[in-house]
Amino acid sequence: MAATSAPISSPPAAPRRRWSPARRREAIQGYLYITPWFIGFLFLIVGPVIASLYLSLTTYTIISPPVFIGFENYVRAFTNDKLFIKSMGNTLYYVVFSVPFSISISLLLALLLDQGLRFTKIFRTLFFLPSITPVVASVLLWRWIFQPDVGVVNYMLSLIGIQGPAWLGSTQWVKPTLIIMGLWGSVGGSQMIIFLAGLQAIPSDLYEVAAIDGAGPFQRFRSVTLPMLTPSIFFNLILSIIAAFRIFTAAYIATQGGPAYSSLFFVLYLFFNAFKFMNMGYASAMAWVLFVIVLALTAFQFRMSRRWVYYEAGD
Amino acid sequence: MTTATTTNSTKPAKRAAFVSARKAVTGWGQPVVYTLLVVLSAAFTFPFIWTVLTALKAPHEIFRFPPVFIPEQLLWDNFAEVWRQAPFLTFLKNTLIVAGLSIMGDIVTASLVAYGFARFRFPGKEVLFLLVLSVLILPEEVTIIPQFLIYRTLGWVDTLKPLILPAFLGGGAFNIFLLRQFFLTIPRDLDEAAMIDGAGSLRILWQILIPLAKPAMATVAIFSFLFHWNDFFRPLIYLNSIDNFTLSLGLRFFQTSADSGGKPMQHLLMAASVMMTIPVIALFFSMQGYFIEGITMSGIKR
Repeated sequence: MAATSAPISSPPAAPRRRWSPARRREAIQGYLYITPWFIGFLFLIVGPVIASLYLSLTTYTIISPPVFIGFENYVRAFTNDKLFIKSMGNTLYYVVFSVPFSISISLLLALLLDQGLRFTKIFRTLFFLPSITPVVASVLLWRWIFQPDVGVVNYMLSLIGIQGPAWLGSTQWVKPTLIIMGLWGSVGGSQMIIFLAGLQAIPSDLYEVAAIDGAGPFQRFRSVTLPMLTPSIFFNLILSIIAAFRIFTAAYIATQGGPAYSSLFFVLYLFFNAFKFMNMGYASAMAWVLFVIVLALTAFQFRMSRRWVYYEAGD
Repeated sequence: MTTATTTNSTKPAKRAAFVSARKAVTGWGQPVVYTLLVVLSAAFTFPFIWTVLTALKAPHEIFRFPPVFIPEQLLWDNFAEVWRQAPFLTFLKNTLIVAGLSIMGDIVTASLVAYGFARFRFPGKEVLFLLVLSVLILPEEVTIIPQFLIYRTLGWVDTLKPLILPAFLGGGAFNIFLLRQFFLTIPRDLDEAAMIDGAGSLRILWQILIPLAKPAMATVAIFSFLFHWNDFFRPLIYLNSIDNFTLSLGLRFFQTSADSGGKPMQHLLMAASVMMTIPVIALFFSMQGYFIEGITMSGIKR
């Protein structure tokens, strides 16, 4: 690939091959084919990333040009903005409680579907449908189910003598409620399908060997299924953590961050800053904080993965 | 795609092998698994059922406690009432414009770009392909503000253009990845034979690769449709006037006006939600294989 730099006029030097006209034509065609992507990459990704980094160092409200203020936005976020800290805390709560449930429920569903029983396809469909339901629709229906006074959940609780909470209207319950809503809309989706594919890729002779060695079902799960599934778990873990950090739509529609900011998540606050208060500079700084957190977490997970993710030799 | 067809055709044999050693559930285990499956799928399905039941209720049945489970009379007219209450036809039209053009853009540009990466040798190819994929770990929040400012300068805010344009500039990293992987599985002999016959590269793509890659194209189209049908974040940022709303924004708009109206509107909200969900579910049922395939493809080769 480094052969490009060979000057066209010089005589063919021994190690470097001169490009034949055909090769050159091939390269030009290749570049032409990827041009649509490249234009998009420059104008919708690279440019905006640089602009966003710059804007994060300014105060900018659209009306007047951005004013450079150094790291003030970042300093203010961490030292002088209670809502920033609050939104960070809410988001961490959401991530810490939703991700483990999300991974383990998806895995459980996949394991149940992988037992080779009849009607599996029907069950798979029923688990999958919530994940393609439009978020706006799913939030509206859950809001109605969790309605404090006449909602069906509180009615069922009343049957066993429990006075249900206000759910989305309660500072204490709003996050768990949003987590339940999020789990419903995600566990049966791509995560479960990826686990299923992972399970189906486990060679059955491993189980045979384990069975001959006298391993019971639980031991087989522990010493065959789980290790063989670690690549899928790792993949799902990375994606679900990123997705959880970015929770927005459900909270925007269901609560607008309330009550008392207890569901003000990071991206929601970012959105309000950018498009409601028009603090584009501050919002850009928030976006970079989010990016750095997500990147650091992903890198950390890749490092840790060497200890627990099992890749078959030669893979 | 090829693996899926082979597993399907060898299913009986494989099933038998599963049951003997691998699928441990026999005897008392079977009823336990079935029970869990039934209970869980009931829990997953209940919200849908409750929504449909609510959508068919009369206004006076909505706020009754204990709740009415089966409405006295099934008011199918609620579904029609939704269309009279809010301009859902406009919302639908806008959504179809965005989704339709984006699907076109995604398919055309993602195939061109994927073809470039799959079939041509050029300096820097590996690095450029890594750059394609790098976008997958970049949170959209980082680029959305400058993008908004760009579109604002172009005077495109409150038009559908910002929602459509990206599809024509690369068609999305995942789509490029998916199509490239698929093109790589198609033997080069076919291209070469066509080339000897004097076909240009564009004709090879159009007449050989794309017809062979129909399943991958369908997967791209489906996910593209799903994304645009369900997308809320970008329409929320770019669209201001009701005439330009897509369905998800329109449904949200309908909700806020219903909430502030004082009259019980839950049945209509639920009816609107049901109508917005039905096309997606119908799509899933008619193209189940592609869904599963597309997701599985994203999980491998990572």
